[in-house]
Amino acid sequence: MSFDLPMVWAAIIAFGVFLYVLLDGFDLGIGLLFPFFDREHDRQVMLNTVAPVWDGNETWMVLGGASLYAAFPVAYSVLLPATYLPIIGMVCGLIFRGVAFEIRAKARRSQRLWDLAFMLGSATAIFCQGLVLGTLLQGIPVVNRQFAGGPFDWLSPFGLLAGLGLLVTYATLACGWLIMKTDGDLQRRIYVAMKPLVWALLAIIAVVSAWTVLGQDAVARRWFAMPDLFFFLPVPVLVLACVFGIQRAIRQKRDRQPFVLTAAILFLGYTGLIISIFPNIIPPSLDIWAASSPPSSQKFTLVGAAIIVPIIIVYSAMSYWVFRGKVRHDDPGYH
Amino acid sequence: MSIPTDQALLLARWQFAFTVSFHIIFPAISIGLASYLAVLEGLWLRTKNTVYRDLFFFWSKVFAVGFAMGVVSGVVMSYEFGTNWSGFSSIAGSVTGPLLTYEVLTAFFLEAGFLGIMLFGWHKVGPRAHFFATLMVATGTLISTFWILASNSWMHTPQGYAWQDGRIVPVDWLKIVFNPSFPYRLMHMALAAFIVAATLVAACSAWHLLRGRKDAAIRKAFSMALWLLLVVVPIQIVVGDAHGINTREYQPAKIAAIEGLWETETGGTSLNLVGWPDMDKEETRFAVKVPHLGSVILTHSWDGEIRGLKSFPKEDRPNSTIVFWSFRVMVGMGMLLLLMALAGLVLRRGGRLYEQRAFQRFVLLMAPSGLIALLAGWITTESGRQPWVVYGVLRTRDAVSAISAQQVGTSLMILILVYFAVFGTGIYYMLKLMRNGPDLPRDAAEEDASDTGKGQPRFDHRPLSRPTDPIDE
Repeated sequence: MSFDLPMVWAAIIAFGVFLYVLLDGFDLGIGLLFPFFDREHDRQVMLNTVAPVWDGNETWMVLGGASLYAAFPVAYSVLLPATYLPIIGMVCGLIFRGVAFEIRAKARRSQRLWDLAFMLGSATAIFCQGLVLGTLLQGIPVVNRQFAGGPFDWLSPFGLLAGLGLLVTYATLACGWLIMKTDGDLQRRIYVAMKPLVWALLAIIAVVSAWTVLGQDAVARRWFAMPDLFFFLPVPVLVLACVFGIQRAIRQKRDRQPFVLTAAILFLGYTGLIISIFPNIIPPSLDIWAASSPPSSQKFTLVGAAIIVPIIIVYSAMSYWVFRGKVRHDDPGYH
Repeated sequence: MSIPTDQALLLARWQFAFTVSFHIIFPAISIGLASYLAVLEGLWLRTKNTVYRDLFFFWSKVFAVGFAMGVVSGVVMSYEFGTNWSGFSSIAGSVTGPLLTYEVLTAFFLEAGFLGIMLFGWHKVGPRAHFFATLMVATGTLISTFWILASNSWMHTPQGYAWQDGRIVPVDWLKIVFNPSFPYRLMHMALAAFIVAATLVAACSAWHLLRGRKDAAIRKAFSMALWLLLVVVPIQIVVGDAHGINTREYQPAKIAAIEGLWETETGGTSLNLVGWPDMDKEETRFAVKVPHLGSVILTHSWDGEIRGLKSFPKEDRPNSTIVFWSFRVMVGMGMLLLLMALAGLVLRRGGRLYEQRAFQRFVLLMAPSGLIALLAGWITTESGRQPWVVYGVLRTRDAVSAISAQQVGTSLMILILVYFAVFGTGIYYMLKLMRNGPDLPRDAAEEDASDTGKGQPRFDHRPLSRPTDPIDE
């Protein structure tokens, strides 16, 4: 092979995970905003903004998981036992939330119960994803290509912080999305809710960054080595610029900028994360080449992925295009 | 690092058994119904008889719920490979991972493109385009079956691989996919899915007939399902027999366990009809034997030799008590289904099929028979593979993650609660849809009011939003 297969697969999975976090981020975040919007009318509109796309969004998580299993089985078989209970929690949360999303539209007497399942399911799934992320960032001990830590390693202050961080991130994304997709009184109230969330997001990013840099020498060396520092410096600067941009957009009631800029912050944070750990797939010691399946597996799977992933991307983009614009309560036929 | 204990291993096995058993119910229903729907739509296009169209609308709702439940419950299992079975993922993942990924890609391709048109596009695309979409969905479910069965069959009869640094690496993908047991297992499973769907359609129709609803749609569905069973059940028996002969060649210990056979008998092996295989005493107690029948069934000869369990080391024997009985449950269900299909044929003379209440009650009672046979069959083949996860290559105890019994036990409890709550609701909703039945025959003026596709956004494709019947009224 003339090109580096593990790099290709790492890029595909990194891309898939980012799409997942961005897309499922805003629709999961709606579950977090639900408790603060009690009127059925508002809830209906909020759900309608994501009804045509939410299950397509989750496609990326399943695709990412399956690709990780096929291309980096060692990473898969280390990460999942290391984050055993958060993974189970995430999957159960997603199941509850997905089914509640659909069933509430068919429910009469039991609708409140399904709403509760929707909110709790969303929150659990997000928090557990944060725990997984936190565990990964902190590093997972690997001996002999196997997880070598304890059953509750994920339950660390840093893991909990990452869980909280992801809750704030997804709630902010959801606000941005809803500002873009709604209008009137509902939109006005979401503008109000988004303001403090953006500051909280900045604070969380700052704390998480400081924690990883101070706590892990490898990460600090990566970021502060000369001359790399100059290439990496734009990342935190741009994050700050985006945060102020969002605050300004909220003041000026520009309804697309908040979402776009929040997505940009997410992208920058994600890039920062990759800078911190690359070329490891499981820090501190497992890199993408050591975690790879043999070339025959990666080649075989790449053929299918090269054909089908572009089709899924085009199709998803079409869905978003068809459903562009504001969603109002009297729009027919979302359920 | 915690060392997996025997309890952790046992709980992990229970967890997988529980989740996979719950899961397989839904794909089996949707694989079978997808093909049924394709047939219904083809007949509607050809004959323009509205009965077929009404049945298509009705069963597409049940299909949609089953499909959604299948997707959701399948996701859990792909994570279990990592959480509970990381030894398996890390050692054999290079072979099974790509096969699983192909299944996921197929499923998403199908879901992205054609499912939405099939479920919501009746008024939005032409009849031929719609029929094409339905055919693609039916084909897609079978392609998904293809990949999953390729992976599973490889675990039973592995080939085309090599060991490298303590890991299994793929050498020849054609050999891996088309491994010796694959054709038999694929056929057996696909036919089982058809039988599952047919028993549900027949039982649902019987229920409506018993309640006095005898309009054309109900009668047609009842008749079609019984015809299908009459054709498919005998084929399934032949395929099952061929599968058994294949298993005797490649997994002789499984066959010995299924038959409760301890000694290698010479001059013809008898068959234990019933009995209680005792793993400790190494004998089958209370056995009722038929001389030579074992040889006749498994070798198709009067005195062919079958190896007994004692010829395998103790640590290589599957649990005979379980597979002996799960196999007999499967075969028993098959025989009852054959009887049911034949009785239906007899009752067609003189049109008694739609009048004979005792028969309809029997069909209703047989509603779960397809699913019971399916589960019993899977229990037989999977338990029969033990103590191996990849037969002869990787032991189950070496495949489990380094996790504690507490972790697996906790997650098992959580999953049991979630499954009964969520998938229980799904099953309840499917039953409710079946109870409501297809729409009653309508006037020409009302024809256009059928709900499929009306008011649905153009690219909606979430299967669960297809049925609109309330769940709690």
